[in-house]
Amino acid sequence: MDISLAAVLPQLFTGLVLGMLFVLLAIGLSLIFGLMTVVNFSHGALYMLGAYFTVFFLGYTRSFWVALLMAPLMVGAFGLLVERFLIRRLYGRSPDDPLLLTFGLSLVLIETAKIIWGKIGLTLDPPRALGGAVDLGFMSFPAYRLFVIAVTVAVLIGLWAFLTRTNVGLIIRAGSRDPLMVRALGIDLNRVWLLVFGIGCALAGLAGALAGPMRGAYAEMGVTMVIESFVVIVVGGMGSLLGAVLAGILMGQVVGITTYFAPKLAEIMVFVVMAVVLLVRPSGIFGEAGLAE
Amino acid sequence: MTMGAFSQLVSRHQVAAFGIFFAVFPFLMPYRSLASQVLIFGLFALGFNLLYGYTGLLSFGHAAYYGLGAYGTGLTLAKLKVGSLWLGLTAGPMLAVVGAVVIGFFCLRRRGIYFAMLTLAFAQLLYFVAFHLADVTGGDDGLRGIPLLPINIFGWKIDLENSLAFYYFALVIVWLAVAGLRRILDSPFGTVLQAIRENGDRASACGYDVNRVKHLSFVFSAFFAGLAGALDALRLAVVPVESLYWVTSGQVVIMTLLGGAGTFFGPFVGAGTYLVLGDRLAVFTERWPLVIGLIFMAFVLFLPKGIWGTLVGKLPGGQAAEAKP
Repeated sequence: MDISLAAVLPQLFTGLVLGMLFVLLAIGLSLIFGLMTVVNFSHGALYMLGAYFTVFFLGYTRSFWVALLMAPLMVGAFGLLVERFLIRRLYGRSPDDPLLLTFGLSLVLIETAKIIWGKIGLTLDPPRALGGAVDLGFMSFPAYRLFVIAVTVAVLIGLWAFLTRTNVGLIIRAGSRDPLMVRALGIDLNRVWLLVFGIGCALAGLAGALAGPMRGAYAEMGVTMVIESFVVIVVGGMGSLLGAVLAGILMGQVVGITTYFAPKLAEIMVFVVMAVVLLVRPSGIFGEAGLAE
Repeated sequence: MTMGAFSQLVSRHQVAAFGIFFAVFPFLMPYRSLASQVLIFGLFALGFNLLYGYTGLLSFGHAAYYGLGAYGTGLTLAKLKVGSLWLGLTAGPMLAVVGAVVIGFFCLRRRGIYFAMLTLAFAQLLYFVAFHLADVTGGDDGLRGIPLLPINIFGWKIDLENSLAFYYFALVIVWLAVAGLRRILDSPFGTVLQAIRENGDRASACGYDVNRVKHLSFVFSAFFAGLAGALDALRLAVVPVESLYWVTSGQVVIMTLLGGAGTFFGPFVGAGTYLVLGDRLAVFTERWPLVIGLIFMAFVLFLPKGIWGTLVGKLPGGQAAEAKP
């Protein structure tokens, strides 16, 4: 087997692109969980909606760039409705209940997607400007995949700036530390929860929109992704955004490298890494023990 | 006899009441194999309910134990060609128990909502293993060629190919499992389970090794789920790889919550509702899971006690039908 750097390097880059999708999904899940102790099972279905909305807006406006902007916004708007009319009714009940409700919601969304867009998946081409490959000097790599990496990095920097440099960001961080104190200071946390849930869902929609031209759009595309994003969070440590980013990249690499040496094991290795982390460091690499348990 | 007196009677003889109702059940169903399916999935939900309803642990990966049970029995009968139905039927739940000992160890390292996600992750791991290990499991095509051997009781040979004969064979086994569950719940161990559900810290302060009790409950629960999987492998004569898929885990969650988590008869009520509803809806639309999903969401929002749990709350003396005198 050829294990020269030239052969492995494209795998590492492919793994990095997958890692970016994991990061976008895991950050959204982790943000929502950190603030609201809600595990959003429908995150995978929202990722799927992101891909289908991209197809829809692309057909409607003929512009990939408009579609890439509109799809996450629409998924985010849908997320606002979900929080306002469904999740909000469950505050104060067992943390299992939002998980159960969003599980039901993802069944409904998957079946609805099959009714609207059919059982067979749709394919989606990257925009012409990003159609070719870019010569990086040491190897050439599809331009669209480099674009995915760039968009994710830009979004992460934006999110980081939002959380650390703005007043709303400050309230979000304070709210995940000590919601009671934030309330006592006269801040309406309901609106903060609504906003954060919307942002988290929009990130899932963005991941789906970016994934569309690489992996196509099909109704069940989100299910394995959401389970693997859970694994990313368990490995990175729930509530830690830095942990979600690093664990997402790590998992992308694990899949990328295993795909090269033993393709059949790729899906399994993710869980093996999780089991090892659970043994060695149960709270995750960056997690604080006992957070929201 | 008044309603209240009837509830009292049922409450005192839950296991007998179960046996009597399910003895006539196949004649209330549109067709026999649906009756067997309700019985088997009711058993699966009963196992799940022991963990979720009575111990307070939400497993989103119970397909793992149902699937291990099905593959354990299927492999023993189809690949190892063991000539005894009883050995085959024992192998399945045993494999599920071994799986639960190992997976439970990992999952119980985290509490709360993590537990649900970890159980789901491990079930998905087993799904991928079964999917790729096609030489052993048949992979995507499923494990085929499981013989339904006749059973021999004191020289009386019974052919299980007859759907009614298979139903009553399954009923005897499920009835024993129901009696077993009643015994577990009535034991001091069962009381500790419910104490953990209500307040884990207090149970711990009382000196109970909470993690060990949870692990035991997990293993018992997996045993029932594995037994259900084993029976289903016999019923279908094939183990589809989907028996390990997240959809199967989701089904048992939905069934138990529809019926009423933490109630004795709830899992069977839920399995019956889910399967009969699905069977009727499938006549009209291929997208029937959409309807089930909407109903499930409505239950989580408005009827968290489920059908049976709400009914026994409303009936005169209904509480007694659940609580032991």
